[in-house]
Amino acid sequence: MSILDKHKKIETHATLLLVLSFLVVTIGGLVEIVPLFYIQNTIEKVTGVRPYTPLELAGREIYIREGCYVCHSQMIRPMRDEVERYGHYSLAAESMYDHPFQWGSKRTGPDLARVGNRYSNAWHVDHLTNPQAVVPESVMPKYAFLSDHVIDGQYIADSMWANRVVGVPYTDDMMANAKADFAAQANPDADATGLQERYGAAAFKHLDVTVANFDGQPQLTEMDALIAYLQVLGTMVDFSTYTPDPSR
Amino acid sequence: MCAKQVKKVQGEVPTTGHSWDGIEEFDNPMPRWWVWVFYLTIVFAIGYTIAYPAWPLIHGATRGVLGQSTRADVDAEIKRFDDANAAIKAQLVAVPLDQIASNDELKQYALRAGASVFKNNCAQCHGAGAAGVQGKGYPNLLDNDWLWGGTIDDIHTTVTHGIRNTTDADARYSEMPKFGVDGLLEPAQIGDVVEYVLQISGQDHDAAKAAAGAQVFADNCAACHGPDGKGDRTQGAPNLTDAIWLYGGDRDTITHTVTYARFGVMPNWNERLSEDEIRAVATYVHSLGGGE
Repeated sequence: MSILDKHKKIETHATLLLVLSFLVVTIGGLVEIVPLFYIQNTIEKVTGVRPYTPLELAGREIYIREGCYVCHSQMIRPMRDEVERYGHYSLAAESMYDHPFQWGSKRTGPDLARVGNRYSNAWHVDHLTNPQAVVPESVMPKYAFLSDHVIDGQYIADSMWANRVVGVPYTDDMMANAKADFAAQANPDADATGLQERYGAAAFKHLDVTVANFDGQPQLTEMDALIAYLQVLGTMVDFSTYTPDPSR
Repeated sequence: MCAKQVKKVQGEVPTTGHSWDGIEEFDNPMPRWWVWVFYLTIVFAIGYTIAYPAWPLIHGATRGVLGQSTRADVDAEIKRFDDANAAIKAQLVAVPLDQIASNDELKQYALRAGASVFKNNCAQCHGAGAAGVQGKGYPNLLDNDWLWGGTIDDIHTTVTHGIRNTTDADARYSEMPKFGVDGLLEPAQIGDVVEYVLQISGQDHDAAKAAAGAQVFADNCAACHGPDGKGDRTQGAPNLTDAIWLYGGDRDTITHTVTYARFGVMPNWNERLSEDEIRAVATYVHSLGGGE
């Protein structure tokens, strides 16, 4: 029982207790967290996943600001009922450029992980403006004010810089053209070749960036940004060519 | 310090030796059953990490001797239901669309599967009861008024490729010009043609303006909406002579429509739904009352 007797020394010595507790927690943390950064079955390599365009990134920030994640998850779990309803279960790689991820923990509304291209832009405008107008049974609040908030991407390069610091591969070229790309994506009449070169199919293999006047108004508003973000969710991976590895 | 000793329960229990304000702490052993359950959980935990994926190694975590995998599980679960329905799904895909309804078993399956597909994918725009959203541009699927055709083949094509989307090259497409915004018509001409549309749809109108609008209509609108305004399904041009309106048939709304045009979009569902699901939902929509 000698080791148990020594335990009394730890319990009666505050500093020693603190140091040793810290040591134990550190070991536990290292074992649990560190492997996630290197073992291959955490994040599989999937083609098509790209960083968000400046406009989509702004939309993502609006999504977070308005607390959409409180009622909507973005995580289709590998269960038959979820796959049947929402589409292919989510892959870790699909959230790899999300800082923080928007998996959520509560579904008052439906999961949004694959809402991209599921509805028309006009539907999103109608629905965000007054959800009950199109879905009478909905309990979602109205976000009509998004159409009144004109934005110009003034700080979008700063947001991209912050994302780059935590590992999103925004290139210097992307950063330098952030404001131009921001405006180009919401204007079908603008020259979007630069935007497509940086974020489109040529650079990331699967799809071109969707360029549209998302909210149907002449000015660029938060509604444009949010819909641009919603319309890209879950569309980056081409599941007709992707074969899941069952060990992951 | 209180000198009086509190009477110990059952006499013989030792104390820890600590004493605060005369309060002492019994040193009762843990209940035997509790201790054994505790040891058991430790043994279970070790067994669990051997049986299931757990320990991180150099390239990946251990797989566990049971080889359990959530992905394999969900694949197997989906396959189980696919296999159960495989025969009837194959039949649904093989049979010509217009003959689905004549096979009762196939029809029953298609209607029920189609109702599920509809509630999950279509109800957000067309409404849970398929009545659309009046005046918002989401068509009612219960009536006899069809923009692109109401036969089951037409419905099947619409669901498969969608309308005016950018994601399917085969999507149904037509585009109404923005007569006002793009300066194709003068405001006075728009006013006239709106009166004419009110006239042919049997509403109150200004007869003099409508008479002038008839020529404007013939020059600008008849190519798509037809010389008599009854629409053209090959272009998705609505019938303007009935009381059914996609965006509204009052003077203000028609003026807005002529000035800014409309561009209703429906997604293509061929990437999200399988052929049997599309056929099922087409059968369901066709059965709702307006099917031709």
